[in-house]
Amino acid sequence: MSTGTASAAAGLTRPFATVSPRTRTRIPLIVTAVLLLVMFGVGSVRYEGFLSAQVVLNLLIDNGFLLVVAVGATFVILTGGIDLSVGSMVALSTTLTAWLVESHGWPLAAVIPLVLLVGAASGTLMGWIIHTFEIQPFIVTLAGMFLARGLCYTISTESITISDPTTAGIAQTRLYGPGGLFVSIPVVIALAVLVTAFVVLHHTRFGRNVYALGGNESSARLMGLPVGSTKIAVYAVSGLCSALGGVLLTFYMLSGYALHAMGMELDAIAATVIGGTLLTGGSGFVLGTALGVLVLGMIQTVVNFQGTLSSWWTRIVIGALLLVFIVLQRLMSGRRPAAD
Amino acid sequence: MTTQPAKSEAVGGIGRRLAGHRLLWPALILLALLLGNLAFHHDFFSVRVRDGHLYGSLIDILQFGAPLTLVALGMTLVIATRGIDLSVGSTVAIAGALACGHISTAAHPGSVATMLTAVALALGVALVLGLANGFLVSGLGVQPIVATLILMVAGRGVAQLITGGQIVTVTSAPYKMIGGGYWLTFPFAVLLATALVAFTGFVTRRSALGMLIESVGGNPSASRLVGIRAGGLLALVYVFSALCAAVAGLMISSNVSSADGNNAGLWIELDAILAVVVGGTALTGGRFSLGGTVLGALIIQTLSTTVYSLGVPPETTLVFKAFVVIVVCLVQSPVFRAKVLRRRRTTTPRSHTTAGTAPQQQEVRA
Repeated sequence: MSTGTASAAAGLTRPFATVSPRTRTRIPLIVTAVLLLVMFGVGSVRYEGFLSAQVVLNLLIDNGFLLVVAVGATFVILTGGIDLSVGSMVALSTTLTAWLVESHGWPLAAVIPLVLLVGAASGTLMGWIIHTFEIQPFIVTLAGMFLARGLCYTISTESITISDPTTAGIAQTRLYGPGGLFVSIPVVIALAVLVTAFVVLHHTRFGRNVYALGGNESSARLMGLPVGSTKIAVYAVSGLCSALGGVLLTFYMLSGYALHAMGMELDAIAATVIGGTLLTGGSGFVLGTALGVLVLGMIQTVVNFQGTLSSWWTRIVIGALLLVFIVLQRLMSGRRPAAD
Repeated sequence: MTTQPAKSEAVGGIGRRLAGHRLLWPALILLALLLGNLAFHHDFFSVRVRDGHLYGSLIDILQFGAPLTLVALGMTLVIATRGIDLSVGSTVAIAGALACGHISTAAHPGSVATMLTAVALALGVALVLGLANGFLVSGLGVQPIVATLILMVAGRGVAQLITGGQIVTVTSAPYKMIGGGYWLTFPFAVLLATALVAFTGFVTRRSALGMLIESVGGNPSASRLVGIRAGGLLALVYVFSALCAAVAGLMISSNVSSADGNNAGLWIELDAILAVVVGGTALTGGRFSLGGTVLGALIIQTLSTTVYSLGVPPETTLVFKAFVVIVVCLVQSPVFRAKVLRRRRTTTPRSHTTAGTAPQQQEVRA
């Protein structure tokens, strides 16, 4: 907290400079939390049936897969990288799962580890290329995006509906809590992923390395931190998370289709930014990402409840929110030269 | 792609200058693709004149490649400043939606005046969108990929808002001219794209503008120290990119006489980036090649046409594109070159080292 006095000099040009850095990084998080509460409050006043715990739980049920994907994206963004392949990886996972289960009759217990392995392996490969050949992450993951989406189509150009009883059983299971509230199994998995990511990022050596790498790569290298393996590992984590997100989406949709999760990479990035993670890396919270996902889900819910609003308003509002939060980030971090 | 090295050695005998030319690789790839097509369709190269119009596969490639060429043209300048513009796809959709929306509600849909107003409207809005991107990048210093991501996300929504979620169909002969018409037997879209490319080439290479853009991309702090105002230049390239995308959007919507807020220009930003990269403009900025970009766009379009004519599911083009991106990026990566060439240097000394080709590339810049 004592470092806050150092930046007091530039107080006039930077509106948030007098606030201590620790608090400053939390401003977006606070704004997001307030926004979520305000949206829920306004929704509860305006729409009948909005004010219920089940609406909140439905947010998780409808966005559990996005939460998992966004958690993976948070790891990458914290290192200052970007992963554009997540949406396609989700689609590939749904297609692969549906194809193996339906067309080949593989047991689900064998398919899921295989799909997760494919996700992690492709993430590792992309990370390896990014690190070894010093190519920008965005172009490598762009290629990954093309490749994964293309592979979906080579597996099947049509939607594969899953009628396998095990999968359908898991998908339709409702875990009841007190007062008749329920969640689905994917929600539990998503929350477990969130907690794991929180512990890994804030309480392990790997987590510290991720933050250090995003803060300043050369410093991290000079400190003797394993820059290369950390960088490869975050893309592996992102690949693994998108594969898991794909499995959860398969449960949610009960089908595998190459057009699933179109634009999910943007939703994941948006959730991460709205959740207060700096896109330049080095600062952010994985729990903020969860809040970001809830905000995106809340926008969708409000648009649904309103009824007269068309679905494209969701995109416009998300874009506007993204704009506000990115400008907020710039105002807070002062005028650092735009690092690419 | 594996057959490429053998070819370069054969051509390398003609002259070292040609071998070091930066347009050599894109040109060879394009040639290989076209020849590959010829092997499957023997009338692939034939161009016929029917009803005073040119017809043929090559003309189709040029005509359908025109919007992509334009988008890639704008993207080239943005990438030369070390930026990226992800919002072009949305701009394409918005421009088409605005123009078709205006024409469909106008009193005289078929009149030239309506068409001109529609075009002006689309270009005007694109100007505003480009300025917004430029302000975020140069005014606020937001990373380009993030700044343009906002419009990419919101833009499709805006386009659908304009079209009301419908596919707006128009019947206007003057508007049809932009993307589907013919002028002096040539497709008008091709002529328009050629004119814009030539104009851009003239402005950037016959004035200091191109060099200024390259210096801002090459080393922002050094160019600031020599007194180049990067802010205006950055805003300019984003505005230019948005305008190019808008013209492309007009072409696409005019060609099919309708505007689809959802699918018009979908993935075109990725194709455009691909075209720019294949054309030899490095993503690290500081250098650009308009000729390379045009070749790159034609390669992408030929690739799509090839996949269609081979009868493979068209969506698998994505797999090809993925490999093209990776190979091109690896070839461009200095680290990769150093690693691979060091190994090769033991067998053929002083042939194609990075140190040797770099000054040559500077010299023969198109």
